[in-house]
Amino acid sequence: MQFKSMILSNFQVSPGYWRMRMTAPPEFASARPGQFVMVRVNSAIDPLLRRPFGIFDVGVHTPSHSGGVSQPCFEILYRVVGKGTEMLSSLHSTDQLDILGPLGKGFTVGEPGQDKLIVGGGVGLAPLYLLARELVKDSPVRLFAGGRTRDDILCITEFERLGVECYVATEDGSLGRCGLVTEALTATLDMLQGRPSIFACGPHGMLNAVARIAGQRELSCQVSLEGYMACGVGACLGCVTPGRDHSVEHPDYRCVCAEGPVFESSDLGWGR
Amino acid sequence: MTAPDMSVNIAGIKLRNPVMTASGTFGYGEEFSEYVDLEKIGAYVTKGLSLKPKAGNPTPRIVETPGGMLNAIGLQNVGIDAFVEKKLPFIRSVNTPAIVNFFGNTIDEYAELAHRLDELPEVAGMEVNISCPNVKQGGIVFGTDPACAFDVVSACRKATAKPLIVKLSPNVTDVTVMARACEDAGADALSLINTLTGMAIDLQKRRPVLANVTGGFSGPAIKPVALRMVWQVSRVVKVPVIGIGGIMNATDALEFMLAGATAVQVGTASFINPASAQQVAEGMEDWLLKNHVTDVKSLIGALET
Repeated sequence: MQFKSMILSNFQVSPGYWRMRMTAPPEFASARPGQFVMVRVNSAIDPLLRRPFGIFDVGVHTPSHSGGVSQPCFEILYRVVGKGTEMLSSLHSTDQLDILGPLGKGFTVGEPGQDKLIVGGGVGLAPLYLLARELVKDSPVRLFAGGRTRDDILCITEFERLGVECYVATEDGSLGRCGLVTEALTATLDMLQGRPSIFACGPHGMLNAVARIAGQRELSCQVSLEGYMACGVGACLGCVTPGRDHSVEHPDYRCVCAEGPVFESSDLGWGR
Repeated sequence: MTAPDMSVNIAGIKLRNPVMTASGTFGYGEEFSEYVDLEKIGAYVTKGLSLKPKAGNPTPRIVETPGGMLNAIGLQNVGIDAFVEKKLPFIRSVNTPAIVNFFGNTIDEYAELAHRLDELPEVAGMEVNISCPNVKQGGIVFGTDPACAFDVVSACRKATAKPLIVKLSPNVTDVTVMARACEDAGADALSLINTLTGMAIDLQKRRPVLANVTGGFSGPAIKPVALRMVWQVSRVVKVPVIGIGGIMNATDALEFMLAGATAVQVGTASFINPASAQQVAEGMEDWLLKNHVTDVKSLIGALET
């Protein structure tokens, strides 16, 4: 759906990372973990295109002051990387935004009771909180959050509050374990019985490593991808990603916005 | 006051209003059907079609620049067989003319596609793409050499009696030469402009942003170039001209009509706002009402110079 949304709050959660809460129509409550929205930053022609953001959370906003009316809302978690996100970070509550969404195919939650391992790199945590909220209802959930420094580790207390067991790794050792998040993932997989499912979102290198680990152990692994996209609804074909059988001679492209952004990692081509 | 007459006619295709969607920006219509009432626009033009499916270019395929965007999709499409099987049922269900954009690598391929499309009753008309800047074979050579353009349009003309629109490239020295060649070859209408060839560079990486290096530039930034070319072409041909290039709102569309366009196509704007084409049509009608213009056709080429 397309709707006008009012910003309820917009604040920095860590240097360079922001969290925005916005109003939503009641139907937005049906958004699935892993789906995304396309946000028009302003009504001018620069920036021209909408920006895609994973849906961090969906809920009901209850104003702190007395007499305020509760209303449906959703949140995004974003990193300031360019002009569009810079402008977004300068907006204040009561400012209006034009939103398309929820869009795309989200995560499949899998079997109840089965161990669920969530891997997030930096702002890749954005679509994983709503997922964690869903998964903790009937499964033990662990989160592996990675980043270059402590500033890239976001919203861990929110995950802990859900009852998620959190493992943190930073490349410079400023928070949690020093090293890559995939090392902690491997150590946990070695220890776990049964067949856990993996859910990941983050930089391509991290996703590639997680996909390889899952592939070696023949575990289900869903990854949420990013892509340069103009429309978000499968028309522009800008955001394609190589599929499993992709080669230069026989291209096999999947559309990130419409067929994804969540894919089973074994369905993708990781060669590049 | 009675509603103004918004209808126009392009080579026998009756449009309820002059607003169409541009090929490659609107999928096969279905992608946007949740956001736009297709029966409120004049016509929609589907994604460029080839005989065989085409996978398109490597990524990145898209980059934004101030007031515009570059794309190098590479004409990714499902091919005619899948189009007939999977896309036609939707097209059949919509009471708005569907115009199918198509391209080939050789003149024979163009003619064969024109013939295949001619047999489909759901197809109201065809738009021959001789101007895609993003494929190495075919496409652009037909769009930049008037003799080649004449040959390819003649071959298509022989293959179909349906309305035949030729989409022109702006990447030529004199667009009127190309326009005349296509008209002489039997084109029923001309649409212009396709994207301008451009590029973007990532300074820190010292690399082009697009994997294809160059791409097609579209969006509001190209509107002045498009207006100029529509004005030039409409003065030298008798067939109707369809104006394309950076149309974001009703004002832009009406300017194209004054410049000589009989209809317009909304392209990049649909990416930003999927209901753009519908809103442009509604905005045009509002403008006509406010300005006491009873027939939109009276604006075609009405520029005072």
